[in-house]
Amino acid sequence: MADCACQGNAKDDLDLTMLSVVFEAHANDPGALIPILQETQAILGYLPESALREIARQRDIPLSEVYGVASFYTQFHQEPRGETIVKICHGTACHVAGAPEITRAITEELGVGVGETSEDMRFTVEGVACIGCCGLAPVVVIGDQTHGAVDGASARKLAKQLTRKATR
Amino acid sequence: MTTAHSTSTGVTAEVIEIRVCAGTGCVANGSLEVAHRFDDAIEQAAAADRVRVVRTGCHGLCAKGPVVVVAPEGVFYPSVDVHAASDILEALLSGTGPAREHLYRESEDAEAIELYADIPFNTRQERIVLRNCGVIDPEDLGAARAAGTYEALRQTLENLTPSDVIEEMKKSGLRGRGGAGFTTGLKWQLAHDSEADIKYMICNADEGDPGAFMDRSLLEGDPHGVLEGMIIAAYAIGASEGYVYVRAEYPLAVTRLKKALADATAAGFLGTRILGSDFSFTIHVREGAGAFVCGEETALIASIEGHRGMPRPRPPFPTTSGLWNAPTCINNVETLANVAWIITHGAEAYASIGSATSCGTKVFALTGKVRHSGLVEVPFGLTVGELVHEVGGGCADGHEPKAVQIGGPSGGCLPASLFDTRIEYDALMSVGAIVGSGGMVVVDERTCMVELARYFLTFTQDESCGKCVPCRVGTKRMLEIVSRITEGHGEPGDIELLEELADVVKTTSLCGLGQTAPNPVLTTLRYFRDEYVEHVEEHRCRACACSALSTFVVVDSLCKGCGVCKKRCPVDAITGELKGIYVIDSEKCMKCGICETHCPFDAIERV
Repeated sequence: MADCACQGNAKDDLDLTMLSVVFEAHANDPGALIPILQETQAILGYLPESALREIARQRDIPLSEVYGVASFYTQFHQEPRGETIVKICHGTACHVAGAPEITRAITEELGVGVGETSEDMRFTVEGVACIGCCGLAPVVVIGDQTHGAVDGASARKLAKQLTRKATR
Repeated sequence: MTTAHSTSTGVTAEVIEIRVCAGTGCVANGSLEVAHRFDDAIEQAAAADRVRVVRTGCHGLCAKGPVVVVAPEGVFYPSVDVHAASDILEALLSGTGPAREHLYRESEDAEAIELYADIPFNTRQERIVLRNCGVIDPEDLGAARAAGTYEALRQTLENLTPSDVIEEMKKSGLRGRGGAGFTTGLKWQLAHDSEADIKYMICNADEGDPGAFMDRSLLEGDPHGVLEGMIIAAYAIGASEGYVYVRAEYPLAVTRLKKALADATAAGFLGTRILGSDFSFTIHVREGAGAFVCGEETALIASIEGHRGMPRPRPPFPTTSGLWNAPTCINNVETLANVAWIITHGAEAYASIGSATSCGTKVFALTGKVRHSGLVEVPFGLTVGELVHEVGGGCADGHEPKAVQIGGPSGGCLPASLFDTRIEYDALMSVGAIVGSGGMVVVDERTCMVELARYFLTFTQDESCGKCVPCRVGTKRMLEIVSRITEGHGEPGDIELLEELADVVKTTSLCGLGQTAPNPVLTTLRYFRDEYVEHVEEHRCRACACSALSTFVVVDSLCKGCGVCKKRCPVDAITGELKGIYVIDSEKCMKCGICETHCPFDAIERV
């Protein structure tokens, strides 16, 4: 396949040679696009346009296909993400136990909406479908720490602790 | 209190096992620190020859985590922290009986219950699928084998032909536990009868229902049990390669699954010429990248092939043409976890559990406004009410269950008046719900059914893959209507329009996701229509859950006069002086709820 003619405007100058191990590991697996995207994201933290282009070139498939897959699944991010990820569970059990109130408290306190990253790149707030700790509902996961039975006030406290830690 | 018994490593010795739950819920509650404390204390007391700690999968009663059960007797300690751990170990070593102050009680002044099997949560349960969950160390193949895992595989390869296995499955009456309830034996027969050079066996562990964690708990608690079922299935249909498609959001399950695969391969239960037979089978793990629709068979296949997870019309069914166009059998985790038990105990024994058309047991994630939330396994035929009240202990704080939502975004809401409905495929279908994958969320009068329907629609709308118009556009329009009803802008005719749309989406969508997406709306309309009518005609939400239809007031007895609400109110609707009484002017109030979330004393209420 000829190289894609459009130049795009990929301004990131990331070192993509790190990805060669990923391509080698899946060289003979025709269905490996998703694992490749997962491993690429694990290395780079997100999926910049330059990486998507490199994957298309290495796999000899159209960039549109790579982009189509990368944009379809919620696991993939095309923008860099914050240092700390705040996941607010929106599973059914958490929803009936007050997830909307917690969401409001956290987004207000951090000044970052759901699905957004703070300007200083410290936090990304995510609404997730279900963490699977329904017995502890409602649940918020900050970094790798899970907090159960959160309410509006304690959510606000958690968010405040987080911003304090960040400014220290 | 030590007695001779067979430990999970198979060595008969006088060893007490402290089984600490290391499932996701209990880990989040600090169970690993508790296990660590036990380890340290055992080392300090130089008691490693008498007591050992086992980090197990889910025990079930997640609401009381971290959960600890001391074997062989099965003494149960709920909500164990590091201090309780010290007390429990001390009591164990001194031989004075259990640490009574840490035993389980139904309520504060109730009698202590010593054994886990005796607590009300467990008395109606029957554990087949979860037989090893909470008992063995899931990362220890030796423990799994001592508990009998891979014996059914040996028996199968030595004594049974693929057709024998399929006949046995058919006789057992086992039906798919992923939601649709298709007869497992028949599915295997179809895959077996498809002629091809290569066939695939897939385990569907893409548990997407928000509020369900059965498959996750199984993979975390007994991965070898699932793998054994999958290997037997592969033998029955003639598959040489398999995939486990598991959610990447379940890191612990993925880790334990991968370890189990490596250990099983090293021990000869997977790979070429398994246990000396002519049968060879390998399994790959594919981590799902987060798409609810990938629980649908054809979308799951597309995803394994590296495409967007979009379904395609059936037929051809995957058993004829699936992964890479080869015959493919896809079974859910829980379905496969039943297989070894059926081979070992016989189809008749399995078919005798449950009811005529729904045999065996079903695992549910019982959550929501219920006292004992957790992972439960009950025989089919139990009523919804028995599950909610006897197993779940009803609602806490004097509230009454108003409904249960069964089956997640594809399922329906059953009102309390139908709680005598039996948990069976056909019985639940006849009242508009489904057995589903096993999510069961209890709600009380504080939950608005219209808002709950809006919640599920938001989910399905977001997860719609966009391929077919009825689902892509239909769910969007439905969501718009339900949203405006909850926001107080409902118009006459909206309910009828919603019904019409729901019918179209249900009958014309391409895949199961779209066809079932209207169910939460249809069942809430069927059983809670008056709540919809109130929202539209009276602009009233009886549960005070829809903020636009609620009036916010300051509760004087709780208010400390801090003034935070006044400072935060964006429309200056709150008046009052520091340390005095604050009042919300309902005329000015725009019902944004900001005061409510900021009040440090929970003194803002909705009426």
